[in-house]
Amino acid sequence: MSPWSTLTDPILRQNPVTLQILGICSALAVTTTLAAAATMAAALTVVIVCAAGIISLLRNHLPSSIRLIMQIIIVASLVIVVDQLLQAYFYEMSQRLSVFVSLIATNCVVLGRTESFALHNRPLPAMVDALGNGLGYSLVLVILGSLRELFGRGTLLDVEVLRTVEQGGWFEPLNLMLLAPSAFFLLGGLVWAIRSWRPEQVETSEFGLTRVKEPGP
Amino acid sequence: MNELASLFIRSAFVENMPLTLFLGLCTFLALSRRPGTAVGLGIAVIAVMGVTVPVNHLLFRFVLAPGAWSWAGLPDLDLSYLRLLTFIGVIAAAVQLVEMVLDRYLPALFTTFGVFLSLLVVHCAILGGSLFMADRNYDLAESAVFGLGSGTGFAVAVIMLSAIRRRLVYADLPDGLQGLGIAFILTGMMSLGFSAFAQVVAP
Repeated sequence: MSPWSTLTDPILRQNPVTLQILGICSALAVTTTLAAAATMAAALTVVIVCAAGIISLLRNHLPSSIRLIMQIIIVASLVIVVDQLLQAYFYEMSQRLSVFVSLIATNCVVLGRTESFALHNRPLPAMVDALGNGLGYSLVLVILGSLRELFGRGTLLDVEVLRTVEQGGWFEPLNLMLLAPSAFFLLGGLVWAIRSWRPEQVETSEFGLTRVKEPGP
Repeated sequence: MNELASLFIRSAFVENMPLTLFLGLCTFLALSRRPGTAVGLGIAVIAVMGVTVPVNHLLFRFVLAPGAWSWAGLPDLDLSYLRLLTFIGVIAAAVQLVEMVLDRYLPALFTTFGVFLSLLVVHCAILGGSLFMADRNYDLAESAVFGLGSGTGFAVAVIMLSAIRRRLVYADLPDGLQGLGIAFILTGMMSLGFSAFAQVVAP
């Protein structure tokens, strides 16, 4: 597999969130505004790339019986570093993200990539693969974050885009967009859109109806 | 007593882990295809959360919190940045413990959901429960009630979703929605329903 496809495959074709149901735990809660979503995405990308590099360097020295706990400890230490950095330089944002930055430690995307890829590959490909997955995750977060902020508040990164009724404009903010259910609906719709575009991702139904050929005229 | 009861209701329904806080969604969606596995997962989550949140509370309060070591002449020592590692360690140990107890005394139950137990080490809802407990400064009784309540909320939600998905097995969905897509939309509808609970407990 060429390095380029290692990088780009996870972004659309094998997106960790929409295809593999990994990492949605933390993906949805922080998407009420684009800024929060982007911060979260950046934090996760940093953690996953560093974790993949470190674990890949250690791969020949890790006994397989303790590899899981070692991976968790490495990831958790990186998450602590990122969390402390956020608290030091972006205090308000770290308050808004509250526990969700810490929850990167149990994010299935990170552990899934280190377990399935970084443990068997050299550091450079492992980090490229991790970067691809981080970007794939970021893409979903940024799409959801911008949709929810745009239609929920009429702003994008706190800059007014659609003038709301309160400000004397025409746009009535959709409060539902800021509540939990909208994230599920949007992600469901996104999965639907991607799978209509790339039909090979469609899951087969267990007891699906057989398509009967339409009788000819 | 009254406050504890309302905390239980709040953690189980108003701030439902998967439906309003989006925690533990990976297992929530992956293991809700069959009601049987969903019941096993739900019970395992209640057991592990009921144990880990109070234990983590004690550790946080007496070992990690700022000033916890003042009796040893170290009043300025603040170990709270280590809470993430500690909590994960406690959760892994607790999962192992629950596994061993079940294996010894209830082997039938153990074989039913043995696999999910080890999955729970990296379960966002369980870790999230402990982190929320530390953030919100619950005391010991509150932590225990909060752990049990959040676990119950997760169990109720996952069992409900599995029942709905069971019914959908024969539904003729558009191809792109099959599986994951419809599961998200169902979860969104359940989440809408659960948002009604916010009115019930509002003071």
